[in-house]
Amino acid sequence: MQIQPILAALRKHKIPAFLIVLEIALACAVLCNAVFMIGQRIGEMRVPNAIDEAGIGYISVRGTDPNLANADIPRDLDALRQIPGVTASAAFNMIPLGGSGWNTDVGTSPENLLSKDSPNVAQYMFTQQGPEALNLRLLQGRSFSGEEYAASTLGDDFMPTAHVVLVTRSLAERLWPGESALGKRIWIGKQTNYTVVGVVADVLRPNQNGLGAAGFHWSLFLPVSPNKGMGAYLVRSAPQDRERVLRAAVQKIESLSPAAVVKGRLFSDIRDKFFANTRSMVWMLVLVCVVMLAVTAFGIVGLTSFWVGQRRRQIGIRRAVGATRGHILQYFQTENFLLSSAGVAIGMILAFGINLYLMQHYQMTRMPWVYLPASAIALWLLGQLAVLAPALRAANVPPVVATRSV
Amino acid sequence: MFAYYLDLGLRSLKRSPGLTALMVLTLAFGVAASMTAWSVFRAVSGDPIPWKSSQLYVPQIDMWGPQAQDSNPDSDKGPPDALDYNDAVALMRDHRAKLQSAIYQIGPAVVPADAARHPINTDGHAVFSEFFPMVDAPFQYGSGWTAADDEHRAPVAVIGSKLNAKVFDGGNSVGKTINVDGRDYRVVGVLDDWNPQPRFFDVVNTGGFASEGEGLFLPFNTAIAAGISNNGNTNCNAVPDAGFEGLQRSSCVWIAYMAQLDDTAAATAYRNYLEGFARTRYPDWAPNVRLRSLPEWLDHEHVVPSDTKVSLLIALGLLLVCLVNTAGLLLAKFLRRSPEIGVRRALGAPRAAIYAQFLTEGATIGVAGGVLGLVLTGVGVASVGLVLPRDIANLARLDVSLLFTTLIVAVLAAVLAALYPTFRAARVQPAWQLKSN
Repeated sequence: MQIQPILAALRKHKIPAFLIVLEIALACAVLCNAVFMIGQRIGEMRVPNAIDEAGIGYISVRGTDPNLANADIPRDLDALRQIPGVTASAAFNMIPLGGSGWNTDVGTSPENLLSKDSPNVAQYMFTQQGPEALNLRLLQGRSFSGEEYAASTLGDDFMPTAHVVLVTRSLAERLWPGESALGKRIWIGKQTNYTVVGVVADVLRPNQNGLGAAGFHWSLFLPVSPNKGMGAYLVRSAPQDRERVLRAAVQKIESLSPAAVVKGRLFSDIRDKFFANTRSMVWMLVLVCVVMLAVTAFGIVGLTSFWVGQRRRQIGIRRAVGATRGHILQYFQTENFLLSSAGVAIGMILAFGINLYLMQHYQMTRMPWVYLPASAIALWLLGQLAVLAPALRAANVPPVVATRSV
Repeated sequence: MFAYYLDLGLRSLKRSPGLTALMVLTLAFGVAASMTAWSVFRAVSGDPIPWKSSQLYVPQIDMWGPQAQDSNPDSDKGPPDALDYNDAVALMRDHRAKLQSAIYQIGPAVVPADAARHPINTDGHAVFSEFFPMVDAPFQYGSGWTAADDEHRAPVAVIGSKLNAKVFDGGNSVGKTINVDGRDYRVVGVLDDWNPQPRFFDVVNTGGFASEGEGLFLPFNTAIAAGISNNGNTNCNAVPDAGFEGLQRSSCVWIAYMAQLDDTAAATAYRNYLEGFARTRYPDWAPNVRLRSLPEWLDHEHVVPSDTKVSLLIALGLLLVCLVNTAGLLLAKFLRRSPEIGVRRALGAPRAAIYAQFLTEGATIGVAGGVLGLVLTGVGVASVGLVLPRDIANLARLDVSLLFTTLIVAVLAAVLAALYPTFRAARVQPAWQLKSN
C-alpha cells in the first residue's frame, strides 16, 4: 500500500482529518486516565485480608449490662457453639472493615512512643477461639494459650492485663524492619507492654484511620477473658452454611438477652458496605469509558462516511482503471490507521500530561507506562472497527460512477 | 425568517436521517453520561447548608503540644481534629461566639413504652441548646430546649421523625416521655425529616455521610451526667483513666465543636480569643489553633475524596469528546452543502443569513440532543440506585437546575460545534460553486 497518495489526499481535507486526530487524541487521553483510576480502585478493593471472609458472621450486641459481661459472654458463646455448622466462635471488640474501630499508638520502647517511630495501629481483642473464628494464618511463633486468655482481664483503662500479643506481618516489618519480631516488646502507653509471640498474615483494620493504604495492615491482637467492652461475637462456619448459622445465632442471642439490641451481618456484607463508595466510583468510570468509546466510534463512522460520499467519483475512477475492491478497502483502512496513529501519539502525550497535573493537584500516583500502549492499541482497534462499514461502502462503489458525467 | 430557517434545517436533517441520528445520539449520550456523573459527584460534594456554611466555623486547639505533632508523620502540624472535654466545656463557658455548641456522638438504646417491642438502637448527638438554631434544624413539633435546661441538666430530648414514628407511631409527641438507656426524658421537640449530607456538624465520626436521619438529641450536660458515653472516635496521646469519667479528665479528643460567627470581623476576634485561650491553658508551647470555616473544614477533613474531583474532571473530558465529535459530524454535513450555499449566495443571501440558517440547524440538533440527553439523564439518575449505595443514590436527584443545565449545555454545545462549519460554509464563493456544477 502506498502512503503518499493517502497523505496527499489528507492534505486536501485538513479539517476533517484534524478532527479525527483530535477525537482520537482526546479519547486516548481520557481513556488512559480513567482506566488507570479504575485499576487503582479495583486494586484497593482487592487488598489481601488473611481471614476466612466467606465463612464469618458478625453479631453485635448492645444494651446488655456491662457488669454481667463475664457471665453473659461464656453463656452466649456456649450457645453459639452448639449451633450445628459453627466451627469456631469468640467474643470480639471489633471486626476488620467494620468502619469504627479501636486504634492506638504503639512503640518499641516507652521512649519512642511519642516519636515518629510510633505508628497508629488497630487493637483487636478476642476471647478463646478468636484466631480460629477469624482463621488467622500464623506465619511465625505460636498462638495464645488457654492460660493467657484466662489470665487476661480488661481493666478499667480498657487495656488487657495479658503480656502477649500477635502482630501482622506488615506491622512487624514496620516496627522491626528486617528483624524477627518474636520476643520483642510492644509498648502501648508508658506502663504497658506486650511480648510478641507470633506473627500472622496481614489482616485489614476496621478503617484506614486517615493513614491511607500504607497503614491498612497495621493490626495487633490481644487475648482477653470474657469481659465488658467485647460488644460482638464472630461465628465461623462453612460458606454454604453462613446465612443459616447467622440467623440462628441472632435468634439465640436475642432469646438469651431479650433487652439487648442484636444485629447480625455477614462479613461479605460488611466488606461490600466498606467498599461501596469505591465500587460506585468504578461503575461511573466504566460508564464514562464505554460511552466515550462509543461516541468516538460514531464520530469516526460519521466523518469517514462523509468522506466516502465526497469521493465517490475518485473511487469510481480508481476502480475503472483497475483497482480492486480490496485496494479501496485497504486505502480507507490505512488512512484510518495513519490518523489513529497520529491521534494516539498526541493522546499519549496528553494522557501523560493530565496524569502529571493530577499528581500535582489531586494526590494521584504516577500512571504505569503500560496504560499508554494499552489504550493506544484499544483505540487503533476501535478506529479499524469503526472505519470498516464506510470502507466497505466505498469498496462497493461501481466503476461506472467514473463515466457518468455530472 | 426563523421559521423558514427551521423548516430548511428540518428538511436538511430529514435528507440524511442516519447522520442526523448519529449527531443527536452522540450529543445525547455525552450530555447524559456527563450529567449523570456530575449529579452523583455533586451529591457527594455538595454543601449541606449553602445559605449559612460561610458563617459556621470549627475551632481547633492543640492540647497535646508540638511533641505529639512530631510523632505523626502525615500530620500537617495542625491541632487534633476534635476537642477534649475540658477545652470544650471551657469554650462553652466563655461563650464568645453568637451561637455555639459542643457536640458528641451517642448511640443509646431507646426502650419503647410498649413492653412487647424490642429496644431500638439510635444514633444521635449530645448538643447544647444553641445547636438547633445554629444548624437551622427543622422542627415538625415543638422546639429545642432552653439554655436553662442546659444549665440544670434537664432530662429533655429532641427526637427525629423516624424515631418518633417507631416509638410513638408518629404524631405530636411533645410532652411525652421517652426512655433512653433506662432513664426517662421529656420530649420537647420532634424534627422534620432532616438528614443533611455530609453530616457537617460531626464529620469526624460519621466520615461525612450517614444514611439514616438523626434519631435523638440530648442536652450535652444531661448526657454527661447520665453517663451516656461517646459512641464516636476517641483519640488519645496518653492512656486515659478508667471509665467515662476518666475520659472526661483526660486529654483524649472526642468532642466536635461548632460556632456561628456572622462576619469576618467576628471570626478574627474569635481567632484572637482562641489564641489567648490556648496561651493561658497551655503555656508550655506556642498557641497552635485553627479556625476553619465549614467549607474549609470539609475540605480539610477530606469529606470529598479527591478522586471524586478527578472523576468530575473525567466526566467533563467525556463531554468535551462528545462536543468534538458532534462538531466533526456537523462539519461533514455542512461541507457537503456548498452547492446549496452557492445558489443561495448567488441569489443574494448575505453571509449573515447563511449564519442564521446554519446556526438554527445546529441549534435544532442541540435541542433534539438535549431533550434526548435529558431523557437519558433521567434514566441514568434513576438507575444510579442499581449500582450505587443507597445513601449516595438518594442524593443524586434530577432537580430543576440540573434539568436546565442539561438543556443549555446541549444547545450551547451544538451551536458551538456548528460555528466552525458555518464559518467555512459562509465563505463559499458563490461563483465558484455555481461554475463547478
